[in-house]
Amino acid sequence: MQDSSSNHFSLFGLPATFAIDTALLDQRYRQLQSEVHPDKFAAASSTEKLRSMQWATSANEAYRTLKNPAARARYLLELQGVHTDEESNTAMPADFLMQQMEWREAIEEARDAKDLTALDKLLNEIQGAAKELQQALEQQLGGTSPELSAAAGSVRKLSFIDKLREDILQSMEKLEA
Amino acid sequence: MALLQIAEPGMSAAPHQHRLAVGIDLGTTNSLVATVRSGMSTVLHDEKGHALLPSVVRYLTDGAIDVGYAAQAQQSRDPQNTIVSVKRFMGRGLNDLADQAHIPYRFIDAPGMVQIETRAGIKSPVEVSAEILKALRLRAEKALGGELTGAVITVPAYFDDAQRQATKDAARLAGLTVLRLLNEPTAAAVAYGLDNGAEGVYIIYDLGGGTFDVSILRLSKGVFEVLSTNGDSALGGDDFDRRIFCWILEQAKLPPLNAEDTRLLLTKAREVKEWLTEHHEVQITSVLSNGDVINLHLTAEEFVDLTSHLVAKTLNPTRKAMRDAGLTVEDIKGVVMVGGATRMPHIRQAVAEYFGQEPLTNLDPDKVVALGAAIQANVLAGNRSDDDLLLLDVIPLSLGLETMGGLVEKVIPRNSTLPVARAQDFTTFKDGQTAMSIHVVQGERELVSDCRSLARFELRGIPPMAAGAARIRVTFQVDADGLLSVTAREQTSGVESHIVVKPSYGLSEDTITGMLQSSFASAESDKQTRALREAQVDAQRLLEAINAALQQDGDALLSPDERAAIEQDMQALQTLIAQDDSHAITRAVDALNHATETFAARRMDASVKQAFAGQNLNSLEI
Repeated sequence: MQDSSSNHFSLFGLPATFAIDTALLDQRYRQLQSEVHPDKFAAASSTEKLRSMQWATSANEAYRTLKNPAARARYLLELQGVHTDEESNTAMPADFLMQQMEWREAIEEARDAKDLTALDKLLNEIQGAAKELQQALEQQLGGTSPELSAAAGSVRKLSFIDKLREDILQSMEKLEA
Repeated sequence: MALLQIAEPGMSAAPHQHRLAVGIDLGTTNSLVATVRSGMSTVLHDEKGHALLPSVVRYLTDGAIDVGYAAQAQQSRDPQNTIVSVKRFMGRGLNDLADQAHIPYRFIDAPGMVQIETRAGIKSPVEVSAEILKALRLRAEKALGGELTGAVITVPAYFDDAQRQATKDAARLAGLTVLRLLNEPTAAAVAYGLDNGAEGVYIIYDLGGGTFDVSILRLSKGVFEVLSTNGDSALGGDDFDRRIFCWILEQAKLPPLNAEDTRLLLTKAREVKEWLTEHHEVQITSVLSNGDVINLHLTAEEFVDLTSHLVAKTLNPTRKAMRDAGLTVEDIKGVVMVGGATRMPHIRQAVAEYFGQEPLTNLDPDKVVALGAAIQANVLAGNRSDDDLLLLDVIPLSLGLETMGGLVEKVIPRNSTLPVARAQDFTTFKDGQTAMSIHVVQGERELVSDCRSLARFELRGIPPMAAGAARIRVTFQVDADGLLSVTAREQTSGVESHIVVKPSYGLSEDTITGMLQSSFASAESDKQTRALREAQVDAQRLLEAINAALQQDGDALLSPDERAAIEQDMQALQTLIAQDDSHAITRAVDALNHATETFAARRMDASVKQAFAGQNLNSLEI
């Protein structure tokens, strides 16, 4: 596939930073797919078809990673040798855990009461919290002396919030069904 | 049969030859074929001027097979041998089919896919669909005056892997080269978007005869990017018919009906639905086989009440798709209505209310899918040189593996852009375990039993280790057709197992070959000549592809020696094509593919550089 020196950022000709120009990312992604997508190789040899599929797959993976703030931060940290270890490292500050529990209880209550409006409000609330964490990440990963371990903590928090978001969406789906 | 064209070695057969390619909408109720002629996408008609081909296949007593209107005309008289709405059975087992009581067929439960007993023997839905596709292929070949290079076949976006695979098998069985399986709403978006120069986020609401899809696309300068898709692959206009049918049974207090009367009243129900689309009321009269007369009156308001739950059923997937795309109704530029069932006024009204805007209905909802598929077929066949059309589609349902306790571990989430590959590591459960069973499932639920089982296979020969020490990496790859292949590999020993996901729901390769052989057995070609012909066509295509590549990039990317080596292999293959050894041709094709690997890699790198050429000049800022 592409040479080993490349990463998701360089694939799109973007600097490896957390704050990226997402409109430019969108545009470069489409430009790249316009060159490598399997539809451009429908009449090509099977060797070229295979290569096209590998390239298009990489472009999709890179785009997906950079597009999502938590995935982008996690990837940036990995590039610098810092693993966020969300599966194993679940130690969280007490106030964050308290907030989590409150949210979980609120979700359960709203679900039991079949209250879609309450779920929608919770969704907005945690999306606000996610936005704050993203702003924190911009600070932690930007500037001249990035705070990598603090950033890893923010990514772990974002993962928690992502799971909450999934729970709310699933509860909403069940209520609507 | 047209003769193969063979050009001089080193020359492309005919560089500017227009390749005959079609788009086929294989619908539940009706099917169509379209092509691009003089830059315009047009639906091809039969000799009587019909654009639609009813998706009805009848097996006659003399062994003949009727497809389309002729078959449809006899459906009430010969219901068990006249198959309608076969699309509903594609890739489906007997227990997947709801209300079988109202489907007048003799079903046979077969592993993977239900089969139907007819007077012509037991038929799989794949074979029945192949008859429809064959009729469309013949129509196209007659209209276009030659053999087809290939076809784009549309499928509901919400079709799972089993249903897609079944569709592809049917196309192969019909003698078609499948250029791509294309999602119906995406095809509709192409036809609509190109016609209207649309930019922005659009909803495609596609209610066909038997399937419902909703897709959200971002249209931008010829790129059609699917943001999310959702739907119900067992909900369509047929269900509205069935609702009327059940209402007739209730109102007329009818006992269980025989197959003829069932088909008669189902047909009547469809006529009632179509009538009420433009009228306020209808008088329903029918004479049953025992002479009983049915006389009922139904108003449009009553019909709306009878079917409002079906309309509501389409809005849930719509909401889910919006949520998955992270959008609200304010973000939506337009709503395009696709599928004959969207002619019903109460559906249009419900959609208009939900999105707060009138839906777009300026394209014929029956034809728009085929027209879009034809445009894509034209691009894929290489007839369109300007690179201004690109479709980026997604996988509709998550793919995963069974883990301990019958739980699903998702490997590829729904709405991932295709093609996509994802790997997941697993380990052994017991000390000394040497085999691992891998169960691939598709669906959103947490329990394996609630998802569709796609395939099971075993990775054997794992070296005995302590429990948890082995590292088994399972890789899922979904190609641009939305079809899955799975590879499992033990990382320390390199033991590998690979499967293209087919066995449990598609037909096996042997079965297809067998069917192809038997369907061609009566013709002049026997097994060997067919194999030879296929090998020759494949080889010719490869030579053309490499010729085109050499003309484009040979000078820039290859040294004279490298080029000479490739040309030598091409020469060898060209010589073999004229002879009659299919194995030798296949070997030479493999050798040539291998010989061009470096060239292919360099071409791809050059393309990628091309994509961002001149970007340092800030000229690409939006």
